[in-house]
Amino acid sequence: MHWLPLLGVLAIVIGFALRFNPVPVVVAAAIVSGLAAGKSIAEILALIGNSFVSERALLLFVLTLPAIGVLERAGLREHVGNWIATLRGLTLSRILIVYLAIRQILAMLGLTDVAGQAQTVRPLLAPMAESAAEKRGKALDENERNDVRAFSAATDNVGRFFGEDVFIALGAVLLIQGFYSQHGIELEPLQIALWALPTAIAAFFIHAARTVLFARRIKNAGTGASASPGRLQARSTDERQNMPDKRAPDLDP
Amino acid sequence: MLKIEHAYWLVALFLAGAAWFNLRDRRWWHAAFWLVLAALMGGGRYVMEATAAHDALPAQLAGVGVIALAVLSPRMKRGHIFEREAAAREADAKRLRHRLFGPALLIPLVTLLVALFGAYVVVDGWHLFDPTRMTLTGLALACMVALIAALWVTRAKPAAGIAEGRRLLDTLGWAALLPLTLAALGGVFAATGVGTAVADLVRMVIPVDSAVACVIAYGLGMVLFTVIMGNAFAAFPVLTAGVGLPLLIQLHGANPAILGSIGMVTGYCGTLFTPMAANFNIVPVALLELPNQNDVIRAQWKTGALLLVVNLALMYFLVFRF
Repeated sequence: MHWLPLLGVLAIVIGFALRFNPVPVVVAAAIVSGLAAGKSIAEILALIGNSFVSERALLLFVLTLPAIGVLERAGLREHVGNWIATLRGLTLSRILIVYLAIRQILAMLGLTDVAGQAQTVRPLLAPMAESAAEKRGKALDENERNDVRAFSAATDNVGRFFGEDVFIALGAVLLIQGFYSQHGIELEPLQIALWALPTAIAAFFIHAARTVLFARRIKNAGTGASASPGRLQARSTDERQNMPDKRAPDLDP
Repeated sequence: MLKIEHAYWLVALFLAGAAWFNLRDRRWWHAAFWLVLAALMGGGRYVMEATAAHDALPAQLAGVGVIALAVLSPRMKRGHIFEREAAAREADAKRLRHRLFGPALLIPLVTLLVALFGAYVVVDGWHLFDPTRMTLTGLALACMVALIAALWVTRAKPAAGIAEGRRLLDTLGWAALLPLTLAALGGVFAATGVGTAVADLVRMVIPVDSAVACVIAYGLGMVLFTVIMGNAFAAFPVLTAGVGLPLLIQLHGANPAILGSIGMVTGYCGTLFTPMAANFNIVPVALLELPNQNDVIRAQWKTGALLLVVNLALMYFLVFRF
């Protein structure tokens, strides 16, 4: 039965819907799909093991953690916050849009791993964005702070995805070219890459517009209540100090 | 020569160090988790070489290791890990100021330099960098340079590197593993014929004579399959072989270059919607200590949805014209 391996997809959907821990759900789905395809346990184990180790590059980002951890221990996050607070022209929307543009251009040059969630968003972009948002004259509350962080992460994703396959022959373009070549259609990489350009431009303008709206919402939520600048500094520092404990996430469903 | 393999060894060393710290704190499950992962990272090359030589045993053992990680994952509860008190951090921040940026910026800077100029670092015909996956090798080198610079700037002891890295690693917990597990699932799905089954399903439900219906089916199929697999690269060959090539290119005369290019970025829209794209959507939730697993997706799905409409329109208006 050639439909049976789809049970693996079903296992994923059910597991995620029931909010089980994703790692065992994914491994279980692999086993289900293997069994449904009529493979033996030994074959399935080898298949899982091989697929896993051949994707090891996906764990390289953990190498950024020691350096960033040491810098955070010496107050990197605190310093970013203090510094941005002193720069007048640097608003939340400007920081995010400039980052989006840089990220897209770097990705277009094939430099996708130069920036990223671990490399740049956690140590630099998110603290900068939070601090810029607090220039409205009122500290961010917990929900707003989370929104600003999530939007920073989203900006990195959009910039990366919609820069990646423009101009330079890289992963995506070579995959497309290789696929067509297997099926008897020969294409030049540049031909493929150029046609991703309209989408890249659209992605920039759509996300930049959403950034402006988001920044406006955060700013408007902060007007009305007035805090003296000195008090704001003290409060925001306080909140940052308490952050790791109060905001400890619980991903386990 | 510096190779990507050396970077994997570094990761294995770091994970083993994190396991050691957890062992000292009597956090047994965490210690076991990072230790198994360290073994898989360090031994990966051996597994692949053995498989190439038709020896399945190492790969099977690796499979057992992956299952062990899956069993350990739900036990990775977050306990309190010591962090330096905030007043001391603030005092250091006031003292060190912009010097703190230097090491952080070295990570992208050194990566960039290796990516751009790594190929030209040759001494007597001896290449310093292995050309395959040079950017990632550069990233690993950059992380080490940044760590040394960070220790120098902050006058911290070298052990602080592993201690602080382990603090962040334990904050990530199993989320660090999810991208790898999903990629492995992609490999299994490909080998068990899940892709072809999905493509057949799509063809059964659409009116193939209508070009619009085919464009929409191809685009939405890319999105749906990317959402399920967490990866547009996995969706592309399946949907293009099942729908794009026979229906759009051969039946309706679509331009293959445009179809492939816009089809792929349409899949990328799906990446913005799905928790399966863990390295982009779940890892940052843990890194940024957000309360809800879907917070990043919530921030970006509207961009993805608007762009999806733009892409479908671009595809329809461009593929049949050039």
